[in-house]
Amino acid sequence: MKNQDLYNYILGIADNSLILGQRLGELCGHGPNLETDIALTNIALDLFGQTRSYYQYAARIAGDGKTEDDVAMLRVERDYKNVLLVEQPNTHFGHVIARQYLFDVFHLLLMTELQNSKDETLAAVARKGIKEVSYHQRFSGDWLKRLGDGTEESRTKMQEAIDHFWPYTAELFDTTESDQKMIKSGIGVDVSLLKESYYKEVTETLEEATLDVPENPYFKKGGKQGIHTEHMGFLLTELQYMQRTYPNMSW
Amino acid sequence: MNIDLQPNIDKELIPILDEVADPEIPVLTVLDLGVIREAIMKDGKVLIKLTPTYSGCPAMDVIGDDLKAAFKKNKMEAEVELVLSPAWTTDWMSENGKRKMEEYGIAAPLDETADKEALLGNKRIVKCTNCGSTNTKLVSQFGSTACKALFQCEDCQEPFDYFKCLK
Repeated sequence: MKNQDLYNYILGIADNSLILGQRLGELCGHGPNLETDIALTNIALDLFGQTRSYYQYAARIAGDGKTEDDVAMLRVERDYKNVLLVEQPNTHFGHVIARQYLFDVFHLLLMTELQNSKDETLAAVARKGIKEVSYHQRFSGDWLKRLGDGTEESRTKMQEAIDHFWPYTAELFDTTESDQKMIKSGIGVDVSLLKESYYKEVTETLEEATLDVPENPYFKKGGKQGIHTEHMGFLLTELQYMQRTYPNMSW
Repeated sequence: MNIDLQPNIDKELIPILDEVADPEIPVLTVLDLGVIREAIMKDGKVLIKLTPTYSGCPAMDVIGDDLKAAFKKNKMEAEVELVLSPAWTTDWMSENGKRKMEEYGIAAPLDETADKEALLGNKRIVKCTNCGSTNTKLVSQFGSTACKALFQCEDCQEPFDYFKCLK
């Protein structure tokens, strides 16, 4: 492939949205109440919409006759480049909100920068997505504050969830070899530069939510290199089931 | 509306485009919604540029098919291309479209500042589509589709959708 680095770079962004969307989609019909259920699946829909634009572009670059669906559905675990944060299970509503908020803040910073990419397609997807992502952050941030600054039980659960996901945040700011090449050519965003704004924003929200900012110096990484946690295989089994069982099915 | 962003639509195609409705809000046509960015005749074919309201809007595929079918009925062939840039905004909805939407029971988008106040629950300004009262509260930031939020009127108790401002 001529543009392997660009291809890798696109998947690095797209896979986060696909996998987080799949996690949120699992909540369809299982949300804590009807409104939240609809909200979470609406966020999943936005993420799938964005990721579809990325995969269409990636399939075009690959130029090997593969479609957006092949790229999304038919890779093996090691070929998915999402961060570990987004593949973590839903566990309880506090976890869903903590994972979402910690991703949304990053996602919005990334989209804001990606709008200025020299690659017109990526810039267009970002410009479209940014409005949606800022709305996601409003939703997850509101719930974080409501639960953190809520009852004793909701605060305990919310704090536990934040502590649980904190070690996964550092990976958001890592860059792969392909990322670095794309940054140099003005296409990619240097995510390492977003780190300061990210932790500042998150810290302010946690304080408003009366939650403690974790001080865990040990971070978990690997997703960007395709080394995933044990949850990823189960997630992909469900995501890919229909295409694996009935190859090329469509409706 | 920014004059530069006026869609480029051939006049003779307007009557056919005006037959194609949004599958989710059937009182609105694609022209009311402002999702047609270009519709021109070229080499005997109709070339259409369609822009999505939201990235994941499932209505887009249906609208694309409906457009092709509407032109086929008029013995014309249409090609539909999805364009993302410039991103759609609620400013592109026609005034007539907003009025029809209100009659249908969906509150039309407020301007950007008012929208923010309404969706943060700071001010009660969204008008109930049933009784007209502004004594309404936000029930959920996400309604029955990605483009709407759910409100309820505290006077007549009617729940209704509000079409969110997107800029």
